[in-house]
Amino acid sequence: MNTFEFLLHGLSIAMQPMNLLYALIGVTLGTAVGVLPGIGPALTVALLLPVTYKLDPAGSLIMFAGIYYGGMYGGSTTSILLNTPGESSSIVTALEGNKMARAGRGGPALATAAIGSFVAGLIATIALAFIAPFVVKLALVFGPREYFALMVLAFVTVSSAFGDSTLRGLTSLFIGLALATIGIDQLTGQARLSFGVPDLLDGIEVTTLAVAMFAIGESLYIAAQGDRGPDKVEAVKGSVWMTAADWARSWKPWLRGTAIGFPIGAMPAGGAEIGTFLSYATEKRLTKHPEEFGNGAIEGVAGPEAANNASAAGTLVPLLTLGLPTTATAAIMLAGFQQYGLQPGPLLFATNPQLVWGLIASLLIANLMLLVLNLPLVGLWVRLLTIPKPWLYAGILLFATLGTIGANPSPFELGMLLAFGLLGYVMRIFGYPIAPVVVGLILGPLAEQQLRRALSISQGDMTVLFTSPIAAVLLTIAAAALIVPLILRARGRGEVLSQLAASED
Amino acid sequence: MNKGNTPLNGKRRPDRAALFIAVFLAAIAAIIFWDVSRLAAIASYSRIGPATVPFVIACVLVVLAIWTAFEAWRGDFPERERQEIGPVVWIVGGLVAQLLLLKVAGFSIATGILFAAAAAGFGKRKLWITLPVGIALCLGVWLIFAGLLQLSLPAGPLEHLFL
Repeated sequence: MNTFEFLLHGLSIAMQPMNLLYALIGVTLGTAVGVLPGIGPALTVALLLPVTYKLDPAGSLIMFAGIYYGGMYGGSTTSILLNTPGESSSIVTALEGNKMARAGRGGPALATAAIGSFVAGLIATIALAFIAPFVVKLALVFGPREYFALMVLAFVTVSSAFGDSTLRGLTSLFIGLALATIGIDQLTGQARLSFGVPDLLDGIEVTTLAVAMFAIGESLYIAAQGDRGPDKVEAVKGSVWMTAADWARSWKPWLRGTAIGFPIGAMPAGGAEIGTFLSYATEKRLTKHPEEFGNGAIEGVAGPEAANNASAAGTLVPLLTLGLPTTATAAIMLAGFQQYGLQPGPLLFATNPQLVWGLIASLLIANLMLLVLNLPLVGLWVRLLTIPKPWLYAGILLFATLGTIGANPSPFELGMLLAFGLLGYVMRIFGYPIAPVVVGLILGPLAEQQLRRALSISQGDMTVLFTSPIAAVLLTIAAAALIVPLILRARGRGEVLSQLAASED
Repeated sequence: MNKGNTPLNGKRRPDRAALFIAVFLAAIAAIIFWDVSRLAAIASYSRIGPATVPFVIACVLVVLAIWTAFEAWRGDFPERERQEIGPVVWIVGGLVAQLLLLKVAGFSIATGILFAAAAAGFGKRKLWITLPVGIALCLGVWLIFAGLLQLSLPAGPLEHLFL
């Protein structure tokens, strides 16, 4: 079968009534939670994971796909109407979008964001479907050492290449890696760092860590800022429909944003937010209305928003084909796969094609549902923005603990949730990024496994890691991604890098 | 402005809070080294065993601790926002209460208390309103998640009324 037939087959699975229902529930929940201020896609996915616990794998992943895309759509609504974007990839949308909303053009801003997200999601998901089989073929020639090199590259780009400090990025990463070694060693069965506590033998749950760091850490941080007065929600004035001029100014940025965002997301390295910044810079340079930039230019919403969604779909390329999560959101999605004992990667395409292609096809369907949900019903979502902070965060904590209790109702697990929440709070105070901890925790054991396999094949000879050309190139890029930013920062050129911070939360 | 943080043009002083981070990192490294020595005693026949990777991680943590101490000494850490302790105590207190009461009082009461404490942390101190609202909301959540989605959420006296 070729890609096209696989995709059609996937569509026939995704169109089954139950699966359509799962997708609809997923996009609705994803949008509703994603719209809430302060909740980005990573937390949306982590909070909603328990909803899918009792479903079959296919249904669960389809619902998950809807939650993922829904969270992205919801985030853009928040950043346009309330100048506190929930995720750093929406910061750029807020730049122009919030200005448009203040100028009474919130309707067109939301529309161009939603339609742009749809266009980008559609093109990028189809691109995902066509590129994935090639990457899978490529991945089949990868041995343990190539995988290890790839993971090292992902570690470096997620933690230290972007953001404002190499030191703090690496510290976050190694805290994650240290936590990852807790539990039973997969190759020898030895208990490591568990101190005789049975609860620690299974290791630390990725979802517990992610929910603690993102939800509890963030709530503590926001609460500790004290009362800074209410945030101003801009009312949606005017029609949500765009004028002919809006369309004329939007369609090119959509396509350019998609072309920029997808390849960046699809690269097996972190930093999916870069695409939105690049798209913004491109639109600013190409626009015929430079005077509007900074005061609400529609191109500045259309381009980055398309880039954002295209790179979200792009992130699924390394996740599905290589099992390599490059963002915190993808790390939590990988945890979602693992709860069914599924390991994304080339093998999954061979052993479970109906699952993978059903998932990809349901992304297309979710995307269409979201367009319908977001344009006419946007007024409904806006209501969610006006929930007062005490109720909102009390609710967030309720659902944050619900997920942990649902997975494992033990006081020990809740204690870990609290401990990691405090850790996340302290890290936020001192400006440590959170995403590297989550990626380190889930990717650490996989990287260790590949490293030890490579070294046991070579009987302990370390040089084997550098003698494969692919591995050597990947490790060289990783070293460059570590060293070049260090030099840039030492020379006082760090601002650009901190703007590109990959701190997704 | 927090302890030891000075503006860019001022004299930079050691950042004591950041020095604690260095100590914390060194402490994690020490724990890992201790565990590694235990694993090494069990000894595997190959050089690359379960202790290898933790050992490397601990070594890097030591380097990061020294680097952190160095930056803290030079006052290189970014400025921190003033943190209010009251709200943090409310929320942490709520989480601890939930943890302790969960088995005894059941999901709704324990989580309702967390709900009210979190709302209090964000400035809504009217516990006679937030507590009943929280418990009612949690009972609704329990009915949906334990009833419809079959999650195993602990039941207490309140939930037993519906069982």
